[in-house]
This record gives sequence, C-alpha cells and structure tokens, in this order.
Amino acid sequence: MLSLGIEGTAHTFGIGIVDDQGNILADVRKTYTPPSGKGIIPSEAKKHHESVANEVLEEALKEAGVEMKDINIISYSTGPGLPPPLLFTAKFSVELAKKNSIEIIPVHHGIAHIEIGRLLTKCFDPVVVYLSGGHNAILAFTGDTYKIFGETLDVTIGNLFDTVARELNLEMPGGPKIEELAKKGKYIRLPYSVKGMDVSFTGIQTVVSRLIKEGFRKEDIAFSLQETCFAMLTEVTERALAHTEKNEVLLVGGVAANKRLQEMMDIMCKERNAKVYVVPMKYAGDNGVMIAWTGMLAYKKGLKLEVKDLIKPKWRIDEVKWFI
Amino acid sequence: MEIIKRGAEAILYLDYFEGRKVLVKERIKKPYRIEEIDIELRKERTRREVKLLTEARKIGVPTPQVFFVDEENAKIVMEFIDGKKVKDVVDFLSKEDLIKIFQQIGESIGKLHSFDIIHGDLTTSNMIIKEDLVYFIDFGLGFFSKRIEDKGVDLNLLREAVRATHYPFLNLIWENIVIGYKKNFKDWEKVIKKVDEIEKRGRYTEK
Repeated sequence: MLSLGIEGTAHTFGIGIVDDQGNILADVRKTYTPPSGKGIIPSEAKKHHESVANEVLEEALKEAGVEMKDINIISYSTGPGLPPPLLFTAKFSVELAKKNSIEIIPVHHGIAHIEIGRLLTKCFDPVVVYLSGGHNAILAFTGDTYKIFGETLDVTIGNLFDTVARELNLEMPGGPKIEELAKKGKYIRLPYSVKGMDVSFTGIQTVVSRLIKEGFRKEDIAFSLQETCFAMLTEVTERALAHTEKNEVLLVGGVAANKRLQEMMDIMCKERNAKVYVVPMKYAGDNGVMIAWTGMLAYKKGLKLEVKDLIKPKWRIDEVKWFI
Repeated sequence: MEIIKRGAEAILYLDYFEGRKVLVKERIKKPYRIEEIDIELRKERTRREVKLLTEARKIGVPTPQVFFVDEENAKIVMEFIDGKKVKDVVDFLSKEDLIKIFQQIGESIGKLHSFDIIHGDLTTSNMIIKEDLVYFIDFGLGFFSKRIEDKGVDLNLLREAVRATHYPFLNLIWENIVIGYKKNFKDWEKVIKKVDEIEKRGRYTEK
C-alpha cells in the first residue's frame, strides 16, 4: 500500500511516497528562498510552489518507480501555516486526488514532524521538543491528543537565531553559522526568561541587538546566545519530563540539528535515566515524506479525517484526535 | 538527612537547625548549563523565593517561616509544616469542611493577589493543612505582578488542577474559592472574568 504526501505550509514544496511499513520510496523537495536579508513573503512562496508542483510530482513518481494508479492515498499539509502556500497546496492535492479517484487525507503539519521522528528514531512515547522558524513548543501525548505543555510567549528560537544571524551579517540559514562561531566564544550575560514550561526570547533579542551595535565579538555573542537559549529549553523540557513522568525526549524541527542543544538535552536526560532521540537531519526540515507517513498512520488506524475546511492556517495540534 | 522530594529543579530534605526539625530546599547544580548561568540562576531564584515567602507571611498568608538562607549554595532553611497535603484530604472531608477550607484558600489567594504576589504553581499539592490552617508552599515559580492577566493565569491553573484531581467537587470547590477570593481582593471580578477568558482560549497566553 502506498501513500503520497504533499507538504506546502511555508518555504518548501515537497512530495514524499512511503509504503505501509514506513519505507521511503521518494522524497522530492523544492524550496523558495527569499531575497537575502528578507523573511518569507507568503504570496511569493505560493507562486514558487505553483511553478514547481508538477515537476516535483513527476520526479517523485519517477524516484519511486510508480505511477499515479499505484497510489492508494494522498495526504496534504492542511495547516498550520501561511494561507497562500497552504491554499495552493490544498487545491493541488484535492484536484490530484479527484482526478485519479484516490482518497484524500488532511494532515496536521506538527503531528507529521513528530510522527516522522518517531518512525525514524524508534522512540515510543516522548516529550517532543519542536523547534524551528515557525514553531517553538514542548509537547507530549496525553489522553487522545498531543498536548502543548510549553511554548514561546513571543518569538521562536529559529526566528531569534535568524534575526541575530542577519544582524551579524552571517549567511542564511543562520543556525549552523552561529553554532560554528559559538565554539570560540566566551559568556556575556543575557536575560534568562522561563515561566513554568514557557519561554520568552524577546529580552534576549533586545540585548543581543545592542551588543552587536556596540561591537562585541561575534563569537561571544553566538556562544552566549546558544548557552542561554538552550539552557532555557533544556530546563522546560526537564520540567515536562518530570510532569508527564515520561522518559524519552524527541528533538524535531530544524534547530534539533544543533549539536550543543543535543548535548545539553543528553546530559539532562542521563541524570534522570531518560533518553534523547534526534530526528535525522535530512527529515528535520519540512518534507513530503512526513506528510505521507502521517496520512498512512491515520488511514491505517481508520481515523475519520474529513476535509471540512480546505486549509487550517491556525490548526491547533490538540484539536486533532490522535493515537500512538 | 531524609530526602522527601526530588523535583526537576530542587531537592527537599529534613534536617536540624538550631535544635529544631527544619525543611531544606536546595536548588541543585545542573551540569547541562555553563557554571556562570547555573550559579546565577540558582542564587537569583533562591533570593526571589525567600522574598515571596516572607512577603506572603507578612501580609498574613500562612507560609513556612524562613530561618536561614544560603544564597551561595542556593539553600533555604525553613519551617517544616508537618501536616497533610490538601490534595490528599479532599476526598475525606465533609461538605461543610470543604466549604470552610476552600473559602480560606480563596481568602489567602485574594490576599496574595491584592499585594501583587503571584504564586505561579497553585495546586492542592502545594497547600498543606495543619490544625485547620492551610499553608501555601513552593513559591519556586512565583513572581510579583500587577497584571490582571497574571492573576487570572494563577487562578486558572488552580481551577485546572482541581478539575484534574478533584473533578466531582469542582463546582463546590471553585464556588467557595471565589467567595473567599472576593473578600480580600477588590479587583476580584476582573480576575474571575479573565479566568473564563483564559480557559476559552486554551492554554495560550496573551501575545
């Protein structure tokens, strides 16, 4: 049985094909890059997806060595995300399904990040740390949904790192550059703001901007930024572990690739006899495979996920009845 | 040294200080963060918790008395309240006693809020009942704030905790918390309205 998944919530338009054992048969993505120094322009992202969609589909089918008639279900990222690219992705997917008389399944983008992580790392019931440009949340499965235990009260860590990288004139994406610089840095005090299981980063952003203007060393800024933000995130993750009495941590999203973050989580977990799992780099960012796999899970479990609204830009993860 | 709780942030143990049995809260070193951050956080939080505890006590809210503070080692030596968690007695109380106790709890929270003290972790596990008096413990997540939003979040947390642990008594408990709360806090109405609003928008705080 084959599932074809279509991702298009933000920068990336991707199509993945998986079978019901979780084997990945195709993974094709094309990513829109905003002009340097600029953030994403939603209407431009949509135009980008429009221009590459058919090509991505053809390549994916070719990579998997299958035809449309071999596909059993089609899933697509219904939300959360930016309305213009979401809408294009939804229409493209629904049309494709209709044309080929294939069942269509709406998929929550956040759940897809978690499920691809669970599939590839083989962890079972983790506290999920989901960190990217658009997301900054600590989640865990309780009852019949993934619930958000903590999140950012303002900007996401991905956003903060990108802003700092731009101000430091680093190449984008800024995360890896900051990680590199931090290796030779010394500590400068930055605000540390944790409230229960929530974090706040705007205080750090303000101070770092000032430090950059005042000409402090890039290395020191990068080091202090990482140490402070990651300590905050590790602290709230530990609190979530204690609260939920779970013993696995799963890092997902682009920021999960950071080695220092992984190290800090690892030290924290070892002390509590817990274990850290990191989604493989290749699948940390947005991709169609995670959508295909999550659609497959929903289908196999017989979850009735009807497409009522074509897109759900603000879809909350705890609105989705799920299972693990 | 008898450890009675091992939390994510601190350990609690019984000890003797100047000849009496005391409770020590020690914020433990976290090897995952660099020493500069670790030392400062533990010191800062110890200082803040002591301030909240003593301030609450000063305005007449039962809290453990602080005997000694060792900021360098992030230790608070305080009175050991040898009672029972409210969480563990609710199921065994008569209706009259429930009413009495939760009105008292409401009065105390009203007092805290009227002095801008936010407890930050109001659950029935953090309330100890001893000789009909309810003591508030663990101000580790507390802070000072004038904002109605923060007070609403504080109370909403308690309602959520009651919903999760004492569901059959939720209405009775909440009603009486509010009766007590409004006795001591003039802005009670705004806060209660906020609590409903917070509940409606889910767990998300105002951006």
